[in-house]
Amino acid sequence: MFNEFAPEWEGFVPGKWSNSSVNVRDFIQKNITPYDGDASFLAGPTEATQKLWAQVMELSRQEREAGGVLDMDTKIVSTITSHGPGYLNKELEKIVGFQTDKPFKRSLQPFGGIRMAQQACKEYGYEVDPSVVEIFTKYRKTHNQGVFDAYTPEMRLARKSAILTGLPDAYGRGRIIGDYRRIALYGIDMLIEDKDHQKATHFVRMTSENIRLREELSEQIRALGELKELGNIYGFDISRPAKNAQEAVQWLYFGYLAAVKEQNGAAMSLGRTSTFLDIYIQRDLERGILTESEAQELIDHFIMKLRMIKFARTPEYNALFSGDPTWVTESIGGVSVDGQHMVTKNSFRYLNTLNNLGTAPEPNLTVLWSKKLPQNFKRFCAEMSIKSSSIQYENDDLMRVTHGDDYAIACCVSSMVVGKEMQFFGARANLAKCLLYAINGGVDEVMKIQVGPKYRPVTGDYLDYDDVMDKYDQMMEWLAGLYVNTLNIIHYMHDKYCYEKVQMALHDRDVKRYFATGIAGLSVVADSLSAIKYAKVKCIRDENGIVVDYQVEGDFPKYGNDDDRVDQIAVSIVKTFMDKIRKHHTYRGSIPTMSILTITSNVVYGKKTGNTPDGRKHGVPLAPGANPMHGRDTHGAVASLTSVSKLPFKHAQDGISNTFSIIPDALGKDTKIFSGDLDLDALRQEAEHETD
Amino acid sequence: MLGNIHSTESFGTVDGPGIRFVIFFQGCPMRCLYCHNPDTWEIKPNQQISADDLLAQYRRNSEFYRNGGITATGGEPMLQMPFLTELFQKAKAGGIHTCLDTSGICFEPAHPEKYDALMAVTDLVMLDIKQIDDAAHRKLTGHSNENILAFAQYISEKGVPIWIRHVIVPAWTDSADEQYRLGEFIGGLRTLKGLDVLPYHDFGRQKYDALGIDYPLKNTEPVSVETAAKARQEILRGIRHRLKSDAT
Repeated sequence: MFNEFAPEWEGFVPGKWSNSSVNVRDFIQKNITPYDGDASFLAGPTEATQKLWAQVMELSRQEREAGGVLDMDTKIVSTITSHGPGYLNKELEKIVGFQTDKPFKRSLQPFGGIRMAQQACKEYGYEVDPSVVEIFTKYRKTHNQGVFDAYTPEMRLARKSAILTGLPDAYGRGRIIGDYRRIALYGIDMLIEDKDHQKATHFVRMTSENIRLREELSEQIRALGELKELGNIYGFDISRPAKNAQEAVQWLYFGYLAAVKEQNGAAMSLGRTSTFLDIYIQRDLERGILTESEAQELIDHFIMKLRMIKFARTPEYNALFSGDPTWVTESIGGVSVDGQHMVTKNSFRYLNTLNNLGTAPEPNLTVLWSKKLPQNFKRFCAEMSIKSSSIQYENDDLMRVTHGDDYAIACCVSSMVVGKEMQFFGARANLAKCLLYAINGGVDEVMKIQVGPKYRPVTGDYLDYDDVMDKYDQMMEWLAGLYVNTLNIIHYMHDKYCYEKVQMALHDRDVKRYFATGIAGLSVVADSLSAIKYAKVKCIRDENGIVVDYQVEGDFPKYGNDDDRVDQIAVSIVKTFMDKIRKHHTYRGSIPTMSILTITSNVVYGKKTGNTPDGRKHGVPLAPGANPMHGRDTHGAVASLTSVSKLPFKHAQDGISNTFSIIPDALGKDTKIFSGDLDLDALRQEAEHETD
Repeated sequence: MLGNIHSTESFGTVDGPGIRFVIFFQGCPMRCLYCHNPDTWEIKPNQQISADDLLAQYRRNSEFYRNGGITATGGEPMLQMPFLTELFQKAKAGGIHTCLDTSGICFEPAHPEKYDALMAVTDLVMLDIKQIDDAAHRKLTGHSNENILAFAQYISEKGVPIWIRHVIVPAWTDSADEQYRLGEFIGGLRTLKGLDVLPYHDFGRQKYDALGIDYPLKNTEPVSVETAAKARQEILRGIRHRLKSDAT
């Protein structure tokens, strides 16, 4: 659709990306310079970087001292163009732009829910301007209100008892990655032209589906216009493609900035940008208009900005997510479908920010790991992991099969093809609690009221494996249906009242949508069922006959020790629950998937889950993600990881996470005091030259 | 045949080359003051497991062990010679690298032929020489080091690669003179391939508390890597001296 080769593209190899359609992948494949060398080329921080970072650290300190929040906007509702420009130090910043008019000031985002916004302010001693509250209660409906208008009593109860937890019904769902690279490559005008074309060529029969899409496309086009305006606010004309590396980083960042100005999403991930940007940096290096130190500076300043992304959130939210994560996940490396690795010098530069700016949890630097990654890069990753404990690893060899070579990770493990796939984030169902419901006939063990269907409870003193499995199967059947329907409401309302305009503007028109469900408590369930099967589990009932505790007699195999007797129970639970999810209608033709990744919320879930038949006590955290329960994997890391790796990816396609920590000493010997290759001949020669 | 096994570790990174499947044998005749596995001392029945079952566990995850293998440690693996020999024979037949981590205390210098079958299927011996000085060795471990040093010679003569391990413990093994003498001794081992000087640590202490055993080195401070590195230099000096005098 593009008529001519834009002057900003000079020096790039043309292809489908330049003469047919928006196609960032094609651009990367045609222009990538894979790098096999080591890390010795990397540059340290410039003086400007050090000065700016010192300023950020000082602001961080002030923020901590102020109780967690330094400043909040209480009056201006955040939109792409709501605020004037903000700077740390305009003279020194190579990459600019903040969510509000100054750093560390949190924006006001009421579209997900006004009450959440009010609460977040109140907790830190601020108050949302009454006129804003009035608008968002009287005149402008929010996502949260929409959801609660449609929830059934059963859904409300399941939410309250926390058998369904962390549902995005009062906050932004996040987990959508705009293809921010498109802005750098094409400029806004070409993207608008493309969207106009999409709208003009779409169905004209006005079904509710087609009407919705037409409306959304119009919103997207408007958002792109606002994005152009955001560039203007900072003095840049992003209507045209980026002409050099600095512009490319800046253009891309404007796209991301617009997204976080518009959405306070649970995870606002960046995508897969390092190798894309490398192409621009490489061109500038070859043209002699950029030095390595300047290239690193651009990346350092970009990462610095990403580290300063902040949202107004409530303490409950922070408890659920253990802190205040933004999940600015960036996917690095990987291998292309033709077998060529996609590591570039810029992959190193991204990781090098952990040296130059020190270690940090955000952005969540995620290496797409493959056996085929170059040895030097693997070595550098290992070195940086030991140094910073800040790198996440994901299996590219596994995900490439489904997603090709231009996917990225949203949040922690959710993979999606950038600009072509998105997901409806679905939090999770607590399968440990579901097991307790099976035993108690739908009565919640903590609230002591009927929440699930009134099925026949377990009546004997000892749990019988077949009996419990039969009851559990029925209870999971109920839970899967309720869960999917709850999510259907949530995503219908989110699309309606809190639509991600600018992020979806950076997608194709016909996106593939995933319906991302999740489960919590897998290892508790596996161990509980193993205890019931291989040991004897006695029920302890309260005065009302509700089973409130369990006495385990004898030992049983525990998940996390590469023992198939229990590992296969975990495998079958994953498959069973996913199959039950698959039976239900999912919103907007989305494809159901499932994740096992409660990476932080496991603590809160544990508080809400009563005693379990594996001997775990009420309040003890569930294991994170697909991890074995703490301390029960007694055969070392390989056995533990092997248990996790048995979980079938095809039934948990939204990802399986395992949190792994190890002290550096346990990774191998210190070379100062150990050498496994003493060369006696060399030592003899040395000795002969000694004079003693 | 069944082995009496204390436990297994699927991710061993410090007990031989590469990532290893480590098998802790139950039972040990030594009572080294700084032992960090007192739970493996007692010669009592623990898990009874066959060599085939152990190797099946290894094979399931052999992908992890491409540059590693299995390590028999403990406890003292050589207390269970028939089982240990069978385990290594079966491993070797399957192309698995075998490493024996031993104190050498069980070696009978009068009957070296008893160990020939084991040595034929052992790729590496990690021999722990606690003290070169026999009197000090007796105090530290309750045994003479005579058999241990004889075992070192025997391994070397059999052509099996040796890594020597030596732990630096304040007041017990930190004399430069002894370190030099240790070097002089091991410099005479023709198959010496590695020297592992370990700084003493007290990670084992919790186990003593749990077992209700009095921790013998209560007042001993953990040793720094630098101190261990210095000791290593001293031992290397001894090795060089021995090599030089052997050459002339």
